[in-house]
Amino acid sequence: MTDAVSIRQDILTRKTTATQVAERFLSRLAAIDPKVRAFLSVNKDAALAQAKKVDEKLARGEKAGLLAGIPVAVKDNLCTIDAPTTCGSKILENYRAPYDATVVRRLREEDAVIVGKTNLDEFAMGSSTENSAFFTSRNPWNLQCVPGGSSGGSAAAVAAGMAPIALGSDTGGSIRQPAALTGTVGFKPTYGRVSRYGLVAYGSSLDQVGPFGRSVRDAALLSQAISGHDPHDSTSVNQPVPDFVGQLDRDTRGLRLGVPKEYFSAGLDAEIRTSVEEAIAKLVAKGATRIEVSLPMTEYAIAAYYIVAPCEASSNLARYDGVHYGHRSKDYDDVTSLISKSRKEGFGPEVTRRIILGTFALSSGYYDAYYNRALKVRRKIKQDFDKAFESCDVIVGPTSPTPAFPVGAKVGDPLSMYLCDVYTVATNLAGLPGISIPCGLTSAGLPIGLQVQGRVLDDLGVLQAARAFERELALSLPWPSLT
Amino acid sequence: MAIDRKTVEKVAKLARLQLTPEELDRYGGQLGAILDYIAKLEKLDVAGLEPLAQAVETLNVFRADDPRPSLSRDAALQNAPEKTGDFFIVPKIIE
Repeated sequence: MTDAVSIRQDILTRKTTATQVAERFLSRLAAIDPKVRAFLSVNKDAALAQAKKVDEKLARGEKAGLLAGIPVAVKDNLCTIDAPTTCGSKILENYRAPYDATVVRRLREEDAVIVGKTNLDEFAMGSSTENSAFFTSRNPWNLQCVPGGSSGGSAAAVAAGMAPIALGSDTGGSIRQPAALTGTVGFKPTYGRVSRYGLVAYGSSLDQVGPFGRSVRDAALLSQAISGHDPHDSTSVNQPVPDFVGQLDRDTRGLRLGVPKEYFSAGLDAEIRTSVEEAIAKLVAKGATRIEVSLPMTEYAIAAYYIVAPCEASSNLARYDGVHYGHRSKDYDDVTSLISKSRKEGFGPEVTRRIILGTFALSSGYYDAYYNRALKVRRKIKQDFDKAFESCDVIVGPTSPTPAFPVGAKVGDPLSMYLCDVYTVATNLAGLPGISIPCGLTSAGLPIGLQVQGRVLDDLGVLQAARAFERELALSLPWPSLT
Repeated sequence: MAIDRKTVEKVAKLARLQLTPEELDRYGGQLGAILDYIAKLEKLDVAGLEPLAQAVETLNVFRADDPRPSLSRDAALQNAPEKTGDFFIVPKIIE
């Protein structure tokens, strides 16, 4: 098993073929996914056909794409014309998208080989994949534990070597938290850097598509392929995309690391605290500067997020009406009961909870007290970051307050699940780029994630700082045990 | 602060979710616990702040109003649970 950059190199230099690579990953997938359950659907024939096309293209001497022959796993809330797009929900169980998401189209244009669609919490709402309507994915490092979520399937697929890279989406930490829990690299780009066209909408002002990989370089490569302006998404940013891969290595000296004291307060696992502190110290020893910063709004971010995101969700999910697409109840009297019963039968408990919360917070009499106040707090959160970035280049801390937790540990208590994202939701509220990279293992052998956040549109700076950590830490994590 | 059944019932109706009485009570209790947590936002002074609906504030984006191809009718209807010819089927709404 190798990384995406080497796979591409080996294919281009004819050391191997895209077909051989696809066969190798598909056979590993077939052998271990029954244990990990990362994938909702796998299309072996389509993957092999695509690999063959890449090999033929190379044989004809044509220019190969950025992802030539690299197997990629795709989160199942991204529309694909040739595979189901279920969003982990019963309501979309039989849905076939009539178009490709822009990021999926870009994968195809860059000659990637899509191996399958990965499991997620229903509509990307959750931190463990336990809210999937189909099954719970497992953490390759300990099969009794969750892989995090909502992009838990993509994270587990990459961690277990079933695909070298994968796409996820991040609304409040849904790429970075599962990356932390599975020992992978997961990057949430600046809001607007990557098109959301064809990403099933959850919280539209927060959602962003991003990559998983087993190295910062692989995450940068996939970012390169999917970033850029898209006329189909009016919120996509019309700015040139830097050469993420070519400029990845920068001098550690002079890098100013902002360390917010609020990220190291009560509630943080002691081993995670030590590991992240040691990583920062290591970079300082190599010439980076540690700057103490403060983000006083940290303790309010979850509260603001759980108003803003459910409000947007309640509006976005109004489209599921049992008429245009998706589940339709068999048992109704009139159009209102058709819609109300189809939705009740199609949505799981967490989605229902967030629709109720969002509808409540937007309803007459509560709008100002909840939604409008949360948006003002969101302004304060952004101002917090603006102030911190006056004195540092990036902000560094833990990604998740705890390592992977056992399946079932938090399902009875929604609020305890929400608190998994205490260090990640503010990034989305402020639209910043953020990444999680592995920085060690706990004594129980579970991965620890370190988060780097940067200024709006400084995706390159975040990738460079993450690469500096990766280079100086020089971790060589073993492969997960799959037990 | 548990949210009473009547309020949850009203919200569920607005959201077009047909819930059982038992579900109304369960979601009401959970909603109350979440709102208790969210109440911490009331401690913050937000006077004079503009609401921030979107973090990377972009201006309106326009395009020329030219006709161009869109999803075909067949593709748009391909997932309809019930359809006839070029139409989605809904229960009769006019007496």
